[in-house]
Amino acid sequence: MIKGIAIRSLALARGDRVLIEGLDLDVASGEAVVLSGPNGAGKTSLLRAVAGLIRPLSGRIAIEGDLGEIPLEDAIAREAHLIGHQDALKTARRAWDEVLFQVRWTGGTADSAKAACARMGLNALLDLPVRKLSAGQRRRLALIRLSASPRGLWLLDEPLAPLDRVQRARFGELMIEHLARGGLILAAAHDPLPVKSRTIEIAA
Amino acid sequence: MSGFAVILRRELALSWAGGGGPLLALGFFVAITSLMPLALGADAARLAEAAPGLAWLVLALASLISLERLFERDYEDGALDLIALGPAPLELAAFAKALAQWVTTQAPLALAAPVILAALGAPWRLAPVTIAAGLVGGLGFAFLGGVGAALALGSRRGGVLIALIVLPLFTPPVIFGAGAIEAFAAGLDWRTPLLLLSAYGLAAAALCPFAMAAAARNALS
Repeated sequence: MIKGIAIRSLALARGDRVLIEGLDLDVASGEAVVLSGPNGAGKTSLLRAVAGLIRPLSGRIAIEGDLGEIPLEDAIAREAHLIGHQDALKTARRAWDEVLFQVRWTGGTADSAKAACARMGLNALLDLPVRKLSAGQRRRLALIRLSASPRGLWLLDEPLAPLDRVQRARFGELMIEHLARGGLILAAAHDPLPVKSRTIEIAA
Repeated sequence: MSGFAVILRRELALSWAGGGGPLLALGFFVAITSLMPLALGADAARLAEAAPGLAWLVLALASLISLERLFERDYEDGALDLIALGPAPLELAAFAKALAQWVTTQAPLALAAPVILAALGAPWRLAPVTIAAGLVGGLGFAFLGGVGAALALGSRRGGVLIALIVLPLFTPPVIFGAGAIEAFAAGLDWRTPLLLLSAYGLAAAALCPFAMAAAARNALS
């Protein structure tokens, strides 16, 4: 279980350009933090750095567990979900096959995937190839793994963008439950999240 | 289900059904072989003599066909991020990808090779050694090909780049594979080249996942 993230004097660069410098940020269990800022400010890069996909230029990202610090790699492999702006779905495959892979790969089961699909109102779509689904429907499929395989840290990159109002409200309920269980949310978003959250400005 | 089983199942399903798969490589193999008599002339004795070497060369080239998609499709749709965040290390996921490539492409090619040889006029008694060489040599093709596919991630014209990276590395398996079949046909010692081929294939399977994972991480960062 992740108790908190502590980011200290972090610097991130993409190519030759330094995006973020001297960033300090703490996220505690049960808390949602929204990264806000103009396009290209480095919100996505920060999420990817916390996910261990980008190596920071300097500074450190520490993940605190019940028994002290957990190495970033272990914490990510067992405890983190990253929802990027791509949905990681193969357009030629059946929606259910793709959801089942995503859920099992992140530690869930076929039963938990089924329950999550029913809750998100996706059952009617599961036999269709992903190609036939709209952007919002694809995003809802990608969000299934959040509730079907419980992991403490949600890294969300513009998760609401393709969702309509009803789906945003449903996703808000999921986030509230996640925070109530002691989960953490770090999200990049232009619109406010439908949960109580703290906003951090990332300057360009 | 363990992480490795989950990813292997997905990779098998993707490379079996996801466009191409064994049929594409087999079709290429058969089409090129059927052009051989037209290019070399209808002299049956000459064709039969050249058959093992030619068939082996086409086997190596056919294995290149579906490589471009091995990592690229997951890179483009964001699935590689998901794979990098999974329970199994990226090295193991890369091993599963190359293993699936071997099962769905190399193994069918190896099983089809004796038929192609026979069509070119080579004797059927070459079938067992051809299948054996195709299977172990295919390990080398699949895993080295995977390294090429991972290194070419994100580049335009990745397919050409993969061929340029991988074809020089295919030299030893081509020499030992064709050598084993020809030695068997001539009644010479065929075990040595087959063992060397096996050593090459197994070494590739053991080492290449590390190179694939490093190249994939580099592409993601």
